[in-house]
Amino acid sequence: MSNTTFAPVRDRFRTIARTIVPEAEALDEAGWAELESIVEQGLASRPSSVRRQLRLFVRALDLLPLLRFGHTFRALDRRRRTRFLLAVQDARLLLVRRGFWGLRTLIFMGYYGRAGAAAAIGYRADVRGWEIRR
Amino acid sequence: MGDPPVIDKSYDVVVIGSGAGGGTVAQELAPLVRDGRNVLVVEQGPRISPEECNGVELEMAPALYQDDGGFLTADGTMTLAFGRVYGGSTFVYTGTSMQPPERVIRNWNVPGVEHSDLDARARTFAAQNNVHFLADELINENNRLFVEGCRRAGYVAQQFPINVRGCNGSSLCNLGCPHGAKQGTHRKQLPAAERAGVAVVTRAEALRIEEHAVIVRVSEKPDGAKGQPSEWPPGDYRIRAGAIVLAAGAVGSPALLLRSQLPGLPRRVGEGFTCHPAHILVGEHPGAITNDVGHPKSFFVDRAEEEGYVLETCMYFPFTTAKNLAGFGEPHSTLMQAFPRLQMILVLACDKAVPGNRVTVGRDGTPRVHYRFTEETIAALIRATRASARIFFAAGAVRVHAPSADPPLLEAADVDRIDERIDARHFKPGKISVSAAHLMGGCGMGRSAADSVTDSRGRVHGMPWLRVADASLFPDSLEINPYLTIMALADRVAEGIRQDAGSFLPMNEAVSRW
Repeated sequence: MSNTTFAPVRDRFRTIARTIVPEAEALDEAGWAELESIVEQGLASRPSSVRRQLRLFVRALDLLPLLRFGHTFRALDRRRRTRFLLAVQDARLLLVRRGFWGLRTLIFMGYYGRAGAAAAIGYRADVRGWEIRR
Repeated sequence: MGDPPVIDKSYDVVVIGSGAGGGTVAQELAPLVRDGRNVLVVEQGPRISPEECNGVELEMAPALYQDDGGFLTADGTMTLAFGRVYGGSTFVYTGTSMQPPERVIRNWNVPGVEHSDLDARARTFAAQNNVHFLADELINENNRLFVEGCRRAGYVAQQFPINVRGCNGSSLCNLGCPHGAKQGTHRKQLPAAERAGVAVVTRAEALRIEEHAVIVRVSEKPDGAKGQPSEWPPGDYRIRAGAIVLAAGAVGSPALLLRSQLPGLPRRVGEGFTCHPAHILVGEHPGAITNDVGHPKSFFVDRAEEEGYVLETCMYFPFTTAKNLAGFGEPHSTLMQAFPRLQMILVLACDKAVPGNRVTVGRDGTPRVHYRFTEETIAALIRATRASARIFFAAGAVRVHAPSADPPLLEAADVDRIDERIDARHFKPGKISVSAAHLMGGCGMGRSAADSVTDSRGRVHGMPWLRVADASLFPDSLEINPYLTIMALADRVAEGIRQDAGSFLPMNEAVSRW
């Protein structure tokens, strides 16, 4: 992740990702590398300004809970992290809602885009179709 | 070091785009080739074989769709999915083949466009593309539960006619059929056109249109990318043509016209954009059902006329499903873990073309789609979501996920509170996922440049050498899956070009004139 979009905010990004997808808690370093590589590929064709904005958004998400809870996002327990992100998801400002939607979409892409995650949820679509399911 | 030289070429007709519109025009102009004319199709995307379609979501989406299938509207509240591949969106649809609705075509009120004419043409293409009802033994439980739920809840489910041949039920239609079973233009019309001598060049992006010319950039195949290299060497081309047919879709066609800044272009280019904004809803059943095997979209409920929505069966892939479920954390994960027990319904609102919803281009010439949800569209989505919840529960679901409820999960005990739980006040753009794949308008047909971009034959007002032949011609929403109607309109455009061909000059004289 050294040269990737979220490398400078890696801990913050992973803490948010664990709140979005609780199963990410079980990822080892290789699993995180795979998730982050997928996210990076998803961002590859986007303008560099989008990547900068996402980094800034992650930083903001980490700091904003100071105002409400007196702690950064990383220092909160899961219940408060969830409560905070629910508020962000429902924010009055469209810009904030959009930012959160984009970030959560990337995290879902990284997590559920892994072959291992698809198998873990029981997704079994196969090019052979009915041939292997009758 | 200057710019690399532009390579000059000449054709009688150049078609931009190879989807339902462009592919049809290509086939229907084949008689011109037999008469000694030359016809070229340029397609921005690559030529991809069925064998390359491996069903891996994150490999196929970037190969087949513009922006991986997640083209964002200008305010970021909806994603648009459209193909960028040989065959256009017919490569990635589910093959659902609906005749043009009489009521809608009548309401379009375009002089010269008769429903009976479109209907007859659409039937010809339906026969050509092997449109039929899937045999009962190939219908999966995801679809059967929809039919049963509709019956119990009082909705009329109809079977979709689809255009497959030898479907093995991979359920992967939207990622390209791995068996080439779907009879889109990539399987039927384009190969027929090529056999007849029409040239097709892929990885060829139309940068702009000039009078009687298209500037096209042919790109190299990126390392490791799917698909074949372009048929032409990489570089910029200036292709002169007697007639240019724009079939780049409801986003691509108006955007190309706008960035070309042709003198005298009708001022309504880009206006009248409409789509069918859609939600994916899921119902969780107590036991596993067949959902990720079998044709995904076999039945629908048409409430367009009465309530402004259509419900369709569907089945999506893990990331697409995760993205479209509202929320995050434990409730979201619990639903994802239930994947083998999920029934899915796609709800589509029949929106109307309204002022402000339009295609423009940015400073760099890239398309921007401006779209705001009207109160009517939101109300239609809410009605559709409520109907779907009733159908899910009637089918035996124990839990229903509705994005326009807060929290989004409805339990069986909520069945009498559906109208209260699912409500427009929870429809918050930017919070919930809305996507659309039926993109229409932007170069609408009509009487004159005052009210439209083209006439009923797709001729751009004031520019008889420039035609449009795709869903951008629709003056308003079609209110049902559009590809047969696009083919019918494209057939009329091709017919017009054949009729006008006598006025085309032989190319050697034409080149010096243009």
